[in-house]
Amino acid sequence: MTAYLLKRLAIALITLVLASMVVFAVLEIIPGDPARLMLGMNASADQVELLRNQMGLNAPVALRYLHWAGGLLSLDFGRSYTYSVPVIDLVRERIVVSLPLALIALALSTIIAIPVGLFSAGRHGRAGDTIAMGAAQLGVAVPNFWFALMLIYLFAVWLRLVPAGGFPGWSAGVWPALKSLVLPAIALALPQAAILARVTRSALIEVLNEDYIRTARAKGLPYRAVLWRHALRNAMIPVLTILGLQFAFLLAGTIIIENVFYLPGLGRLMFQAITQRDLIVVESVVMLLVAAVIAVNLLVDLSYAVVDPRLRSRQ
Amino acid sequence: MTSRFDIPEENFADILVKAFTNRSFLTGFVITALVAAVAIVSFFWTPFDVTRLIIADKTQAPSPAHWFGTDHFGRDIFSMIMVGARNSIAVALVAVSIGMGVGVPLGALAAARGGIVDEAVMRLNDLVFAFPALLSAIMITAIFGPGALNAIIAIGIFNIPVFARVARAGALAIWPREFILAARAAGKGKTLITLEHVLPNIVTLLLVQGTIQFALGILAEAGLSYVGLGTQPPMPSWGRMLFDAQTRMVAAPWMAIFPGMAIVVTVLGLNLLGDGIADILDPKSRRQR
Repeated sequence: MTAYLLKRLAIALITLVLASMVVFAVLEIIPGDPARLMLGMNASADQVELLRNQMGLNAPVALRYLHWAGGLLSLDFGRSYTYSVPVIDLVRERIVVSLPLALIALALSTIIAIPVGLFSAGRHGRAGDTIAMGAAQLGVAVPNFWFALMLIYLFAVWLRLVPAGGFPGWSAGVWPALKSLVLPAIALALPQAAILARVTRSALIEVLNEDYIRTARAKGLPYRAVLWRHALRNAMIPVLTILGLQFAFLLAGTIIIENVFYLPGLGRLMFQAITQRDLIVVESVVMLLVAAVIAVNLLVDLSYAVVDPRLRSRQ
Repeated sequence: MTSRFDIPEENFADILVKAFTNRSFLTGFVITALVAAVAIVSFFWTPFDVTRLIIADKTQAPSPAHWFGTDHFGRDIFSMIMVGARNSIAVALVAVSIGMGVGVPLGALAAARGGIVDEAVMRLNDLVFAFPALLSAIMITAIFGPGALNAIIAIGIFNIPVFARVARAGALAIWPREFILAARAAGKGKTLITLEHVLPNIVTLLLVQGTIQFALGILAEAGLSYVGLGTQPPMPSWGRMLFDAQTRMVAAPWMAIFPGMAIVVTVLGLNLLGDGIADILDPKSRRQR
């Protein structure tokens, strides 16, 4: 058990370090001198050289990497070229939109998918299963940003139930803020829920063919109890794996969905930064999201041990 | 342990009969063939020229002349969807080829060598997996600027670890089999065994994954083009058409509805096709029927 945990932890750390090197390398090969960019075209060579020295740009690559990576550890991402404020301040402003959105979508997707998976597996091969899985098949094929457009058309333009876009900020109250996250969260969640429902169903069907399920049924446990207590728990490993992967997709998905709904989240920040060539902001947000993906995958690995006692006892 | 997708010992005619009695495969095959046909036809003929802007005809609702209506430049949406199909298929096809071309050899190598090579390949996989396709696309765009080629590279890179994993898992299930032992006894090296015995036995597995990745590639290309990182105008692309539609949705909802439906139908067809192939060639699922 401890060996398993340590190995997963080590792998996550190695991946994180390698990822930071990739991101740093990308920053290095991008053409253009940040110092020249900040000072403008009219600056003299001496001025640029002075700023380069101040920014530490003339140090050897290895040293600069260590400096940058060390900064990341203390959440010091550097300063934005265009806004001249610490990148972390921009991130802090935006993450309060993106993170709740991703989490609400993840929760929504799980709440929809697990019951649908249970329903379908319980009626394996019958009409209810066919209909549910047909819907799931369709859901997998729908691009979330198009689904978002259709939702806007239906609920914001026609029915006028929710705003079509924008974000009032949490200071405007929890309810108005949540209200503007409802459609984006649904748009993100439904296609993911379709995938998750399919995985849950097939994992359950696999488990339901096992001998211990027949034993549980034979000793007189009602079907429902077998399904929930015995089957679902044993089917959790593939479901958790997909959930972890989905979090990565949701984080990336928020980037696109934020653009559909004009939400001031990390995704919008990143696109603005791309058009302004504020590369330090782009790299910082990418690094942050990559770190989040790695962390979530680690959590999934660890949760296997909680869900599956067999893993716990294995040396 | 046997592989989930062993090549069944039956002749081609049997498989063909099975294919054409499998609902998922049949539906998927028909849809995919139709989309491919539309893309091919678009090279020779479209109802209207998609490069000519006729402002007098802008944002017309669907009519007998313009089946899916026109966009804000007066271009025929049906024609644009036809050309867009070509674009989507091309991007997804090349991206899947990159993923397979690099991923499968890596996975096969990891399974054949084991030990430190296996570990290195898997860690490399973890690294690439940490960058969702959109993120790598954004980084690539930050360096080279937006364009269809960068979208292809980003989606292709994202596909590499997927195929590496599938190939590795499939190959690992083949290696302990008796016929591999026989081949080794006959003095064949690992490379030759991989080429002659392992790869042919995981082809179906790769085919199924390829279909799924193809569908995902089409979704990813649409997403990237939608946010302006993929295919650039004037080349019509489904994602870009949706971007153009967004601000005009109240006045011209058809601009948003039809390109989106094109994506859904294409992806649905490919997914059904993949499910169907898996059904037909997977002995396990046959038993469940």
